[in-house]
Amino acid sequence: MTNTTEVANVARRSVLLGLAAGTFVLSVRLSPPAVAQEKKYGGDAMPGGLKDDPRLFLSIADDGTVSLLCIRAEMGQGIRTSFGMVVADELEAELGRVKVLQAPGDQARFGNQDTDGSRSMRHHFEPLRRIAAAARQMLEQEAAARWGVPLTEVKAENHGIVHAGSGRRLDFGALAKGAAARPVPARDTLVFKGVSQFRYIGKDNVPLIDNLDITTGKAVFGIDARVDGMAYAVVARPPVFGGKVKSFDAAKAMKVPGVLKVVAIEPPTPPVVFQPLGGVAVIAENTFAAIKGRSQLDTQWDDGPNASYDSVQYRKTLEAAAAKPGKVVRNDGDVDAALAGAAKRVSAEYYLPHLAQAPMEPPSATARVTNGACEVWCSVQNSEAVRTDLSKRFNVPIDKVTVHNLLLGGGFGRKSKPDFASEAAICSHAMGGRPVKLTFTREDDLQHSFFHTVSVERLEAGLDGDGKAVAWLHRTAAPTIAAIFAPGANHEAPFELAMGAVDTPFAIPNLRVENPEAAAHTRVGWFRSVSNIPHAFAIQSFVAELAASLGRDPKDYLLELIGPPRLIDAAAMSDAWLYGEDPKRYPFDTGRLRQVVEKAASEAGWGRKLSQGRGLGIAAHRSFVSYTAVVAEVAVGPKGELTIPRVDIAFDCGAVVNPDRVRSQLEGAVVQGISLATLGEISFKNGRVEQANFDGYELTRIDGAPPEIRTHLVNTTAFDKPLGGAGEPGVPPVAPALANAIFAASGKRIRSLPIRDQLAGKA
Amino acid sequence: MSKFTVNGKAQSFDGDPETPLLWYLRDIAGMTGTKFGCGRALCGACTVHVDGTAVRSCQVQVGDIDGQAVITIEGLSADGMHPVQRAWRELNVAQCGYCQTGQIMQAVSLLKDTPKPTDQQILDAMSGNICRCGTYPRIRDAIKRASGRA
Repeated sequence: MTNTTEVANVARRSVLLGLAAGTFVLSVRLSPPAVAQEKKYGGDAMPGGLKDDPRLFLSIADDGTVSLLCIRAEMGQGIRTSFGMVVADELEAELGRVKVLQAPGDQARFGNQDTDGSRSMRHHFEPLRRIAAAARQMLEQEAAARWGVPLTEVKAENHGIVHAGSGRRLDFGALAKGAAARPVPARDTLVFKGVSQFRYIGKDNVPLIDNLDITTGKAVFGIDARVDGMAYAVVARPPVFGGKVKSFDAAKAMKVPGVLKVVAIEPPTPPVVFQPLGGVAVIAENTFAAIKGRSQLDTQWDDGPNASYDSVQYRKTLEAAAAKPGKVVRNDGDVDAALAGAAKRVSAEYYLPHLAQAPMEPPSATARVTNGACEVWCSVQNSEAVRTDLSKRFNVPIDKVTVHNLLLGGGFGRKSKPDFASEAAICSHAMGGRPVKLTFTREDDLQHSFFHTVSVERLEAGLDGDGKAVAWLHRTAAPTIAAIFAPGANHEAPFELAMGAVDTPFAIPNLRVENPEAAAHTRVGWFRSVSNIPHAFAIQSFVAELAASLGRDPKDYLLELIGPPRLIDAAAMSDAWLYGEDPKRYPFDTGRLRQVVEKAASEAGWGRKLSQGRGLGIAAHRSFVSYTAVVAEVAVGPKGELTIPRVDIAFDCGAVVNPDRVRSQLEGAVVQGISLATLGEISFKNGRVEQANFDGYELTRIDGAPPEIRTHLVNTTAFDKPLGGAGEPGVPPVAPALANAIFAASGKRIRSLPIRDQLAGKA
Repeated sequence: MSKFTVNGKAQSFDGDPETPLLWYLRDIAGMTGTKFGCGRALCGACTVHVDGTAVRSCQVQVGDIDGQAVITIEGLSADGMHPVQRAWRELNVAQCGYCQTGQIMQAVSLLKDTPKPTDQQILDAMSGNICRCGTYPRIRDAIKRASGRA
């Protein structure tokens, strides 16, 4: 396996800082956990926490090559490049001489590796700088000692240490061995570069570290793993969530040339968590033979309790739930009295369907399960979840479960749930330890996802005689992700409610958020930006509806609702989650939200004259402790043809490490937001997903993407403030900005996604 | 027995003639630069050139390409210096990168037939290739950049 071999080879060649060469498995003495801890936040609060010992992550070879072990999954956010930039900068290394290797899964050794929640740079910027600064200081100490000069007279520069007085210079490679023998500097002795000295951090257009491999087909994604002697498998899974195999006949499948074995996979025992769904695996000499064999299976299914799940009916269930009071999850002032006394009441209801993440690389993993050990090659966001599952499943110690995490061909939340890695391991086990590659076909992916939730959002506002909002009532009804962990869970979890429902920053004295019950009838899971999608769509559409009902400008009215610049504590909004961050470090800064609104509006030319059938729409949202505003320009043709000539997106995630990758995330978020707004829907009938491939589950293609996506980054050098997330927060405001633009262009209000042909026939 | 070439190298295959070229390349020949995305010619991830024409390798049966020449991303250029590959890198087109080999093979085919495509011709030629990361604006710009050189 390319990556694994590479890690091993580099380890052999390198002088590892602080350790004997030969392996990355380092017996570092780690400080014991503090006793009586105060509440932890951010990366420190994640399972496994943060690690910043340079000996765990860095090595420098005799030729000066710096190898950095990247512990986060690469799924298109560019984290391998961005981590390399941070380390090269703080180490004073040349980025071109930094090799980024992908760490195997090992939470106990490396700290948390769960790559989701837009957390990688947010949590690791400071630890990475500590790692690099410590290594730099070890190199400086070594050079100073070798030259017999005071430490203050040497400094790191261009991949070497220089002595200004004598003009002497030693390359990192020449110093690595000696530096490695030195103690790691204590955290409080680390000296960091100033912002003005950054060479890579914050600089635009840094080439992607994997560019050459990606453009030549050499990049190894999880599905590309090749292990000697491996077989290939696909699985026929119960078509209904909660169903199981009643009986199957493998005789015809076994006659397909190349088919080796057909085995039953047990249904999961509740809670389902990330377990495989059960079914029948067909294992063959190649993927095609396995697919062909599966088509010849004769399987009878017991559909189980969700056999009648029907998304058309379920929408009515959610609408009925949203029509009645639900569990109160935020309650400011007296909403009922304020509504009763309002000069005007406006209400609207919004619907968003299930979605599938549909990464272009379908879920796939290769596993080898032999006596007492498991080895997996895969592309997962959460390698520790693979290790935990296989350790338990095969009763082996967790350190006997090796996970080689290769490149992810997209993740979007789907690969946080590694059921596919477990399936591969089950197949290998059934084959007596022969390695098996398990692949989801696209049909498998779309029909057996962990689907984005379905949602009805009902909003009602009371306006006084001047049009000022005095009351706000939001009912959000959606099945919860928590149901995969706790069967029967039927309220949104605190982390879902805090994705734009309770943490509404509007300056409205009477504000209540309710969460009626909603039962889950399928696997619900994270989808890029998660519950922010329905919450932001409803709220930001509703703001524009209020403005329209008053004849006000939507941008001005949005700013009026946001109110004056101020810092709002999470607790004041009944936000018990705040993306896991410290409320003191991350107050809701309405000034920053206002700023992105103003920025998007001015860049988009808000208020400019548009021709007939064209319109601008605006929406803004905070998520993952970052602030985003979008202005969409649309044209609605005489027959309702929708085109989106331009989107402006303004973004404040605080300081930006890699502007090009933040921009690319925003460009992608705009396309993904348009995709879900215009086309995206997974529907169920008789418990079964009705879509099978990209003809039924359509995704935006190049001809549906806006010709112009203009990204506007603000506050990019605010390195004195904590960082925000970048991977997800671009998505939520896109759909409402689009719906608001459609209203401006055509007078048609979209309250139900996807838009699909709702504009047809619009004159 | 089907005999054909892949990137100039002779291949022979006497297995199931219905085996799609995609799975032959990936599982049997061990060339994983060609990607599986949908299996139904709906996404373009598996695009290769057969006798100079861009095709979806998931729809081409190995039994049907006897005597033909297949070029995959691995064989597009010796060193990754095809103008399209270079343009892709210069604009940092890729996000996850998974669909990009198919996108590049499709773009190369477009520029071969239409060296100076209009925006509309780019959209028409590339609309069969899905990118879930949403790199479309950069794909378009990279094709334009390469069109001056290809």
